[in-house]
Amino acid sequence: MNTVKKIMGFFWITLAPVIIYLLVRAAIQNIDSAGTKDINKPIPWIIIITVFTPIAIGLMIFGYYCLKGEYDQLPETSDDL
Amino acid sequence: MVLSKKSETKGIGKIIFSSSLGTLIEWYDFYIFGMLAKTISIQFFPEGNDTAALLSTLAIFAAGFLVRPFGALVFGRLGDMIGRKSTFLITLLIMGTSTFFIGLIPGYRTIGIAAPLLVLLLRLIQGLALGGEYGGAATYVAEHSPINRRGFYTSWIQTTSTLGLFVALGVIMLVKSNMSDASFTSEWGGWRYPFWISIILVIVSIYIRLRMSESPLYSKLKEEGKTSLNPLKESFGNKANFKMVLLALFGAVIGQGVLGYTGQFYAQSFLENTVKIEFIQNREIMLWGIGLATPFFIVFGALSDRLGRKWIMLSGMLLSVIFYRPIFNTFLKDTNIKEWKKMEGNATPVIINNEILKVDSLFIGKELALVTHSKIKWKLQQGAGYTERRADTILNVGVSSSLIKEDTKPVFTDKKLSTPMKWKFILLVFTMIFFVTMAYAPIAAFLVELFPTKIRYSSMSLPYHIGNGIFGGLVPFIATLLAAGNPTDPLIGLWYPILIASLSIVIGTLYLTNKIDKNIND
Repeated sequence: MNTVKKIMGFFWITLAPVIIYLLVRAAIQNIDSAGTKDINKPIPWIIIITVFTPIAIGLMIFGYYCLKGEYDQLPETSDDL
Repeated sequence: MVLSKKSETKGIGKIIFSSSLGTLIEWYDFYIFGMLAKTISIQFFPEGNDTAALLSTLAIFAAGFLVRPFGALVFGRLGDMIGRKSTFLITLLIMGTSTFFIGLIPGYRTIGIAAPLLVLLLRLIQGLALGGEYGGAATYVAEHSPINRRGFYTSWIQTTSTLGLFVALGVIMLVKSNMSDASFTSEWGGWRYPFWISIILVIVSIYIRLRMSESPLYSKLKEEGKTSLNPLKESFGNKANFKMVLLALFGAVIGQGVLGYTGQFYAQSFLENTVKIEFIQNREIMLWGIGLATPFFIVFGALSDRLGRKWIMLSGMLLSVIFYRPIFNTFLKDTNIKEWKKMEGNATPVIINNEILKVDSLFIGKELALVTHSKIKWKLQQGAGYTERRADTILNVGVSSSLIKEDTKPVFTDKKLSTPMKWKFILLVFTMIFFVTMAYAPIAAFLVELFPTKIRYSSMSLPYHIGNGIFGGLVPFIATLLAAGNPTDPLIGLWYPILIASLSIVIGTLYLTNKIDKNIND
């Protein structure tokens, strides 16, 4: 199981930049001054990309920890934290 | 800290009541803004004004997404430094007073751009307070609970988001039913009463909370001088703890957040805007479905004390992932008007109203033709009915007219389901919320058990509000985004919660443990 956990670490690391790329691409495709929906306005996209970028970085860090075997054994007590 | 079973549970009812009541009020405050959005928009964000439109967008997106995690950080830090009780008193006070003040702001017509600016400011403060409340209430109750009942006791807090929805809807309906629409929506009309009522609820709740004592675990820590001096650094700067924050976020909370939002809110919007069920019946279906499923928060909370948190949460997510699309598809298929007509058999549908909305004239060759836009209300058997909007082209030949082009794609709105079908829909909503209760009920106990007492408030609040505020709150936006790219598939919006929940299921299955932490005193 620990090997699977580590291998999946690669996947989480890769997934993070893909998410940001898809969000930026969707923003470019949908921002439209003639549009009336929220997805056509720049402000929601700025907020969403600003908020999602650190979360995606968090996913990369999570993947890195998986790869390093940090989750092979979860802490038993708070002293382990 | 070793306590006897009797002393452990002494007064726990009051503790749960005071914590849950405050959280319920915070949800009430948050919901009334959403439920009265149309009236608020008319009063504060008038159409055609670009600045007001920008402020409106900010009020929706910034308050819902950006500010809640910041609130989690600000009040989480405070809760770990000065105590749980004082902090969630502050969040309640901030939430209640900002709601009250929204009800006091004069409209755009009276004070101009200052009105939407003040609403935005107060809305941001509300979001901030909401970000601090849940972690405090969950921590406070968990730290009073005996080991074997932690899931059961904290699950009461999980019911508050649903109960807050009921109270908000109840208060609005009560006010609305006692006055005309014009009186309700005028500048100083009835729509403000639910905002003013908030201050009474807050005063009662603060009175109750002031009489409660600090969490015994936190008090002990404080006496020993072991509280954290820098909870944020210890929570997110310490690798060992930060990795647990990431695990909680990706392995549980994001999945629970998107599924909870989809079941409780997106479903209502889908039934109203895509399926086109009539306004009142739509709310009736949602309220029955949610109301009947709410007790299962407590059931699964208690069950998680016996079976562990992980598999109950992940099973709820898996069942949602499997059944959400079939359930939403049934909503669509069962409201297909062509099928309704077939099911009527020999019974003839009755027209109860046929209104010509407008008539356009045009020439087909040299002949004058008329396009009639009409609205027809149909009544079917067992209380069912619908409104049909169609545009038929009629060739005008003096006194006798002949239909030359029948509208092949009429629009059907205000669908009213027959009684058996209404109950089928209630059962389907109940099923969705039942799965949500599985994913959501153990989450407070699960988060509390992951982190040590001295940084518990900060560590659990942030992932919870990222999962629920950001991932959950984005469900309607991403659904609209997906629908824009694939307008022919009405179920396309469901792929966002399904994919996020699937991610959580994989991460949770691989990396989480099902073991209940017996000792949260450390």
